[in-house]
Amino acid sequence: MTAEPTVVPEFDLLTTYLGLQLRSPLVASSGPLTARIDSLRALEQAGVAAVVLPSLFEEQIEHEDIQAARLGDLGSDSNPEATSYFPDLADFESVADRYLRHVEQAKKALSIPVVASLNGETAGGWVRYARLLELAGADAIELNLYGLAADLDVTGRDVEDEQVELVALVKASLSIPLAVKIGPHYSALGNQATRFIDAGADGLVLFNRFYQPDIDPKTRKVAPTLELSSSSELRLPLRWTAILSGRVEASLAVTTGVHTGADVARCLLAGADVAMMTSALLVNGPGHVAAVERELVEWAAESGFESVAQLKGSVSQRNVADPSAFERANYMSTLIGFTNSFH
Amino acid sequence: MRLRERLAALEPDPTARHLLSLADDLVRSDVWIIGGDGWAYDIGYGGLDHVLASGENVNVLVLDTEVYSNTGGQASKATPRGAVAKFATSGKSTPKKDLGALAMQYGNVYVAQIALGANEVQTVRALQEAAAWPGPSLVLAYSTCIAHGIDMKYSMTHMRDAVKSGHWPLYRFAPGSDEHTKPFRLDSRKPAMALSEFALAEARFAMLERSDPERSHHLMALAQADVDERWHYYEQLAGVERSVPHEPGAIVDPEGVATEEVPS
Repeated sequence: MTAEPTVVPEFDLLTTYLGLQLRSPLVASSGPLTARIDSLRALEQAGVAAVVLPSLFEEQIEHEDIQAARLGDLGSDSNPEATSYFPDLADFESVADRYLRHVEQAKKALSIPVVASLNGETAGGWVRYARLLELAGADAIELNLYGLAADLDVTGRDVEDEQVELVALVKASLSIPLAVKIGPHYSALGNQATRFIDAGADGLVLFNRFYQPDIDPKTRKVAPTLELSSSSELRLPLRWTAILSGRVEASLAVTTGVHTGADVARCLLAGADVAMMTSALLVNGPGHVAAVERELVEWAAESGFESVAQLKGSVSQRNVADPSAFERANYMSTLIGFTNSFH
Repeated sequence: MRLRERLAALEPDPTARHLLSLADDLVRSDVWIIGGDGWAYDIGYGGLDHVLASGENVNVLVLDTEVYSNTGGQASKATPRGAVAKFATSGKSTPKKDLGALAMQYGNVYVAQIALGANEVQTVRALQEAAAWPGPSLVLAYSTCIAHGIDMKYSMTHMRDAVKSGHWPLYRFAPGSDEHTKPFRLDSRKPAMALSEFALAEARFAMLERSDPERSHHLMALAQADVDERWHYYEQLAGVERSVPHEPGAIVDPEGVATEEVPS
């Protein structure tokens, strides 16, 4: 018996994210694979439509500045014959300089859009760095608002206002699109999302993964942990994408728990413009992008969809027969369904 | 003190009183010349070589910080490969000069390399042996410095790791009169730590790792090769026989110098 030749169905993968035309909705999210030019090339060859570079961290720049100042001051003016003991650090390439060089190299190496990423929570120097990233050739900026309000005197509103102000400041300095990557922990996420968009965000990326530190009982020390995502984590961003889709004037990206073609389909059905992957690519390698695309195309053909544009948002809250399925009522019905299974 | 006590006991003998005034000149005294690596390896090397070649009974202690410390951290020939210093802001590309090996070539110079934080017994023994050596002695002492970019209160730990990584092997070289003498004794164990583990804990190396990781990896690989090659060479040196040229029957080694093993 001979195998049937695989028929690749016609399916229009084109999508638009942050105003950028992408050949498909598959985007490599920021991670180790987007930190190196060779793996970026491999991702592009496998069919990824855009890449988000690893984040330039506010703390990294601050830490380096502090260390540089400390080194510069070390022993300075302690001896009449020497004013300092280290070479002038102005000659060294800073973490920000290296990041800018990475953006430039990525742009030279790739023909797909390159999104640079900033991770921080204070206005600080982000405006300047966002502008420098644009000059380095980034097609868009992803501003990663990763913060933990550990100060007991700071209110939720304070945090939200500060973040909105930061988005507005960064946006004002840019002529390229700005995406804002947020966490799910807002009292009224939908409202906060609209505030970000009103402040100038061209897109929202749902959601940040918060790596929770653990405590090692043996050493009695705080131990950082990093667990890769799984498909089950997709549901939270999926729900909020479905709620926001069609109701906000901004691109939507889902970024946690996208592992398979079916996961990408879920994101698009909920209303996402792109689905971003990191963990699945780290586990399976850059070539996994091609497999996911193939799964998506096959699923679309079986389901009768002809284009990404057609299926985008078709199961969003606005387009489903029972909008409450995405809200609290879903919680009740899930509980009831769960309880009924015992009868 | 004992001479002074005995002469004092002879008071009021006028001869004893006269000898008491000359007491300092009647006992053996050690002459030590102390300097840094910038002087010994670099700008003062010609003078140092002159002293070592003189055959005089003098001792030279080099406090080797691997950089010009007093004047603010300029690179010297003692600066190791990969370290950042003034005049070597992109990391020194050439290896550290082996001053001890150069001095050993004379054959009648006592040479030792010491690190207080790694082996106190070896340090004291080497200084005693150098003082006792009837000719010129050269002792190279690993010395931490602000310009290493370390917390100086952990100097002893850095010294220990410098030895453990093979960056600073401990040894003593004291040729004797017996033609079968093996004058070179390695006092530290085979390197048990990657050089990078020692080096990258110091800002002088780590800053290049941050500013130019590619060059840092390149230089650190070469610096590791320097360590490996030097250790390989020293191991062979430990098996080489060499004696001080002397007339038949003359005794060169006064007090069994460098024949005692020290715990490493």
